[in-house]
Amino acid sequence: MARQIGDVIVDLQNISLRFGGVKALTDISFDVREHEVRSIIGPNGAGKSSMLNVINGVYHPQEGQIFFKGALRPKMEPHEAAEQGIARTFQNIALFKGMTVLDNIMTGRNLKMKCNFLQHALYWGAAQKEEIAHRIKVEEVIEFLEIQDIRKTPVGRLPYGLQKRVELARALAAEPHILLLDEPMAGMNVEEKQDMCRFILDVNDHYGTTIVLIEHDMGVVMDISDRVVVLDYGKKIGDGVPEDVKNNPEVIKAYLGTSH
Amino acid sequence: MLYREAGQFKASYAEDSQIFPIRQDKIGFWLLMLAFGVAVPLLANEYWLKAILIPVLIFSLAAIGLNILTGYAGQLSLGSAAFMAVGAFAAYNFILRIEGMPFLVAIILAGLTAALVGILFGLPSLRIKGFYLAVATLAAQFFIVWALVKFPWFSNNSSSGVVTAQDVTILGYTFATPEAKYVLTFLIVAFMALLAKNMVRSSTGRAWMAVRDMDVAAQVIGFRLMRTKLLAFAVSSFYCGVAGALYAYTYIGTVEPEGFNLDLSFKILFMIIIGGVGSIMGSFLGAAFIVLLPIFLDNFVPMIFGDSLGAGFVSNFQLIVFGGLIIFFLIVEPHGLARLWQIAKEKLRLWPFPH
Repeated sequence: MARQIGDVIVDLQNISLRFGGVKALTDISFDVREHEVRSIIGPNGAGKSSMLNVINGVYHPQEGQIFFKGALRPKMEPHEAAEQGIARTFQNIALFKGMTVLDNIMTGRNLKMKCNFLQHALYWGAAQKEEIAHRIKVEEVIEFLEIQDIRKTPVGRLPYGLQKRVELARALAAEPHILLLDEPMAGMNVEEKQDMCRFILDVNDHYGTTIVLIEHDMGVVMDISDRVVVLDYGKKIGDGVPEDVKNNPEVIKAYLGTSH
Repeated sequence: MLYREAGQFKASYAEDSQIFPIRQDKIGFWLLMLAFGVAVPLLANEYWLKAILIPVLIFSLAAIGLNILTGYAGQLSLGSAAFMAVGAFAAYNFILRIEGMPFLVAIILAGLTAALVGILFGLPSLRIKGFYLAVATLAAQFFIVWALVKFPWFSNNSSSGVVTAQDVTILGYTFATPEAKYVLTFLIVAFMALLAKNMVRSSTGRAWMAVRDMDVAAQVIGFRLMRTKLLAFAVSSFYCGVAGALYAYTYIGTVEPEGFNLDLSFKILFMIIIGGVGSIMGSFLGAAFIVLLPIFLDNFVPMIFGDSLGAGFVSNFQLIVFGGLIIFFLIVEPHGLARLWQIAKEKLRLWPFPH
């Protein structure tokens, strides 16, 4: 419970991203502080997922700068972002369908595994030792997310809500500093959403992981976020603590709507 | 009733991640190894060894190679036979041109040569996927065979392009009899199959499967696409290359580039489709199936229908059965015989009380 918001860990300055003539993001600046839960909200097509893709290096913005832990980050590829401790989940589940839950989560630890393929081929010795050491870590995540009973099941056979949870597990297995969650609760029922909220808060609390969250359920967003940034048509129209955002007239007009 | 895992508890992660976690499987596996490693060379006759068992083993190795690339890493290839050709001719040249080259070293070098060629032809996979990549590997198939024919140096200026494999000698012992060749092939194939199994159940294999199932996500969690794909091409070609060398040295003895044609590539592809895409055991099942089926049909079709049909009909009938089976497997069980075996085991665990 001693979670303390720290310094700015990701600082995005004047980010603009275009795909040909389509302006996905226009001149967006905001920052993420260490250990906080930072939400990005906005209507469909507002550029939320593009924003996450910019943070973890899938997209490279034409303009603007990204500072990561205080240092200017040059153009980086997704695997480099992963090496620096940025993990994410996807809006459409991006699990490896042909593999078991356990194998999927083990892939999350790939950057921490040092054996090469020849050692893997010989297996007994260094590779097995490493496998087991990482398996122990993975089992901690499995226990944390309460998915012990499905660890040997191929993910393709799991229901949607559990797949989302496995994807979170895979991201967590990397022990990330920053966790980017793209609509982790989309398509879930109330109980599943409550579980997911609990897991997100637990991760944040227990591991101190900084969380950047995209979510459409306003109840959830306002409940668990420390700060919220609002996008609309690729522009930032609001930024602040949930209370401020909720009362921001522009945000109400673009997204929240008024009750009649 | 016999196939129960009740009472077999795993007390460590090492025990839990064995290749055969269930005791009955382990016993079955070692019985099979004993049968094929000891009983077969003692009991089988020359025809069985030379015409069936040795080719099954060699094609299994090639199928493992293709399975690593296509089944695990998801990169479709139609060039497996060409990589076998590289292996066969590389082994021939290493033994021919380097005095006192030990056979096993030559085999490894042949595999490495094939791996290098594989990496070269794997480069397009960084930009193209699926069907288009298959066409790019098709180019490898034609180019390699063409190059081996075009430059007589590869076949030591033999006028017909046919080369005769030298004697296989390890530590002064010459593997001349079918029994000896079978045992040598068996040991090499079994060892390499074990290495392949180890690779696919550890981080290397997970990287391949991650790239196969969803490359963007694989990249985001830190796998490097280029390295992973090229490693798959290299390892796959290494396996095909060693299979090619064995094909020349322990199976047919005389090889020509044209023998490693597109038909053979397709045959290996059919092996993994029927045997099981993404399964080491499936590679063996598929190879056995594809080698045995024509022999089975040759013997049984005349037996059932009499000799009235003629030899032409029988060989065409083979093609029809082949085609039919491939369509059947693609529709009904895309994971092939290996998956059927797995389903059978799952059923067996519950039998005779499935409820």
